[in-house]
Amino acid sequence: MSTKIPILNMSIGAFLARALLLFIVIVWTVPTFGLFISSLRDKDQLAISGWWNALQNVQESQAGRTGTAEDQIERDGEFVIVGNVFDENSAKNIATYGDGLLPGEITDYGPGETVALDDGQTFTLNSDGSYEYTSPEAFDIDRGVRFFYVANIPPSFSLANYEEVLASEDFGQSFINTFTVTIPATLIPIAIAAFASYAFAWMDFPGRQVLFVIVVGLLVVPLQMSLIPLLRLYNNVGETFGFAAKSYPGIWLAHTGFGLPLAIYLLRNYIGGLPREIIESAKIDGASHFQIFIRLVMPLSIPALAAFAIFQFLWVWNDLLVALVFLNKTPDQIVMTSKLRELLGSRGDNWEILTSSAFVSILVPLIVFFSLQRYFVRGLLAGSVKGG
Amino acid sequence: MDLNFEYVGQAVVIIVFGLAALIGYFFGSNWLLDTIFADVVTPDGHVTKSREGIREAIRPWLFVGPAVILLGLYLVYPAIQTFILSFFDANGDDFVGLSNYQWAFGDATFRQAISNNILWLLIVPSMSTAIGLLVAVLADNVRWGSIAKSLVFTPMAISFVGASVIWKFVYDYRGPDNPQIGVLNAIVQALGGEPQPWITLQPVVNSLLLMVILIWIQTGFAMVVLSAALRGVPDETLEAARIDGANEIRIFFNIMIPQIVGTILVVWTTITITVLKVFDIVLAMTNGQWDTDVLANLMYNWMFRGGGDYGRAGAIATVIMIAVIPILVWNIRRFQQEEALR
Repeated sequence: MSTKIPILNMSIGAFLARALLLFIVIVWTVPTFGLFISSLRDKDQLAISGWWNALQNVQESQAGRTGTAEDQIERDGEFVIVGNVFDENSAKNIATYGDGLLPGEITDYGPGETVALDDGQTFTLNSDGSYEYTSPEAFDIDRGVRFFYVANIPPSFSLANYEEVLASEDFGQSFINTFTVTIPATLIPIAIAAFASYAFAWMDFPGRQVLFVIVVGLLVVPLQMSLIPLLRLYNNVGETFGFAAKSYPGIWLAHTGFGLPLAIYLLRNYIGGLPREIIESAKIDGASHFQIFIRLVMPLSIPALAAFAIFQFLWVWNDLLVALVFLNKTPDQIVMTSKLRELLGSRGDNWEILTSSAFVSILVPLIVFFSLQRYFVRGLLAGSVKGG
Repeated sequence: MDLNFEYVGQAVVIIVFGLAALIGYFFGSNWLLDTIFADVVTPDGHVTKSREGIREAIRPWLFVGPAVILLGLYLVYPAIQTFILSFFDANGDDFVGLSNYQWAFGDATFRQAISNNILWLLIVPSMSTAIGLLVAVLADNVRWGSIAKSLVFTPMAISFVGASVIWKFVYDYRGPDNPQIGVLNAIVQALGGEPQPWITLQPVVNSLLLMVILIWIQTGFAMVVLSAALRGVPDETLEAARIDGANEIRIFFNIMIPQIVGTILVVWTTITITVLKVFDIVLAMTNGQWDTDVLANLMYNWMFRGGGDYGRAGAIATVIMIAVIPILVWNIRRFQQEEALR
């Protein structure tokens, strides 16, 4: 391992190791980066050039049409039709033109070049898209004549796609719906699990061991086993008592039930690891378990509570299956993942909508994730490598 | 923007009431317990009859009660019910014996889904664990290692649907004569190949590309957990091996791996469970078309197809459950061993 690469001052092995790591990091980052860049691009450019070309001009071949005889004016003894192929304030410019009305190919003439035509007519297309079609005789055309050009579209970045998505695709509402589902579905299981975990860790009652073993077992029971009976139960309860089978409280409770095994498991490990002396001495001072829990254990357990909160928040925010089963797809209930999935089906080629919607939907979890990564990692480790 | 803020107001009210009821329950029930079973005290403050025993016998149930009821209602009861329903007809009315299972194993789509699931189970956990371990080891010796790990970890925060959009864009196909806007086809083209419609490319290629999405998400999990485990390997052991002249690759395979094999198994099984339930990615990318179906997506389809066939959907769910049972048993065993050491 003594062979060194002179410039980098490292061994070949160390160099290869770094190169491999860099390669993996690039593969892991590029897809999200591409999505983000694309969401900021002009939607016409997005459809015809890759995002890695975002900083270059995009070239687009298009057809133009001159004005008709009605548009002509007389100037210095000749007749002229003028106009512009671009919209007002367009940032585009002409790269080449030709063909159609003109002899030769689309790439034959540069911007500003005047092309002589038959019968003394001339045609000029300028860089800014304005054209001049001249003739010594009065024009007698009632349809414009076609010509072709290649336009440079300069790179442009804006939040226009985001504005479009939030304004017109019910997406803004689904963002709020996702919040409405997520916040209670995160808070309720924390409260319920914290009490249960304390009981499992520090209180004596018959069946404690058996119940906790069941919780450990339930950690891995697939959601699929729960869906059908709950769907039927919700429909029956809704019919019997005359309220909607699909409602926000309904999905909060469902997420609570599904999140409880992990919550209880994580919190019991943490609360059970608190020093016994603290709890014993509080008991000697005459505190009940309820007082010990509220005044001592809860404040000490904040890190574990935070760890689980992030887990549950990400899980509920990102969930699709539970939302599909327990909520309607109407605008007042559809969540973002469900909306995104619908867009993927119906607007599969409208990448300006898909990229910006996807980015909106992953933005909040990314913020939560990066700001609270420490707690998240701690929870992950507590949940999976307890005892090595 | 046309947002329905009136609805938000209602939601806030429901949320506040719901949480207040929850807090009210815990405080109220404990207060009731302490009041009803208060110690009998003489006027001069002498306890004649302590009822602490009764209070402390009841209190645990006030603590675990809500959790036990919810676990029973949302997990235990439905699991049993789903198992029973798998022996009944579409509406759950008539007992039909094993005919849902007979149907399943005779059905071409189901067999396709099973073989796809097996492929997912073989590839995704192994690749995620292997790449995660690789990154964990490589990043440990580099100054920019923590940034590298952070970037590989990020997809963990992204939903399966969001990840599907991201990767569908990577796999995008624009026909052979158009400029490609998907990275994968652009690379293929740059290397002199023909662009391919990846999502519909059979056999197996499209399924493999769907698996890439889940590997992309799960590798970060494997990396974080294995990285922590590697930090637990004693430095002296590694130093001793280096002094003996072992090279880094041998140290990795002969010393590090054996020390963290328990953690590798935990990571592997955790990802296996995720893979068995994989649903969102397949639904969003192909909805099971072009031979990409998996059990969880098939189960979802049968749940709603033609008003819902609970028998068949239940049978498919039960098959997934049976695949999970070995891991469930292993988890409980492991837990009991750890408890014995406490």
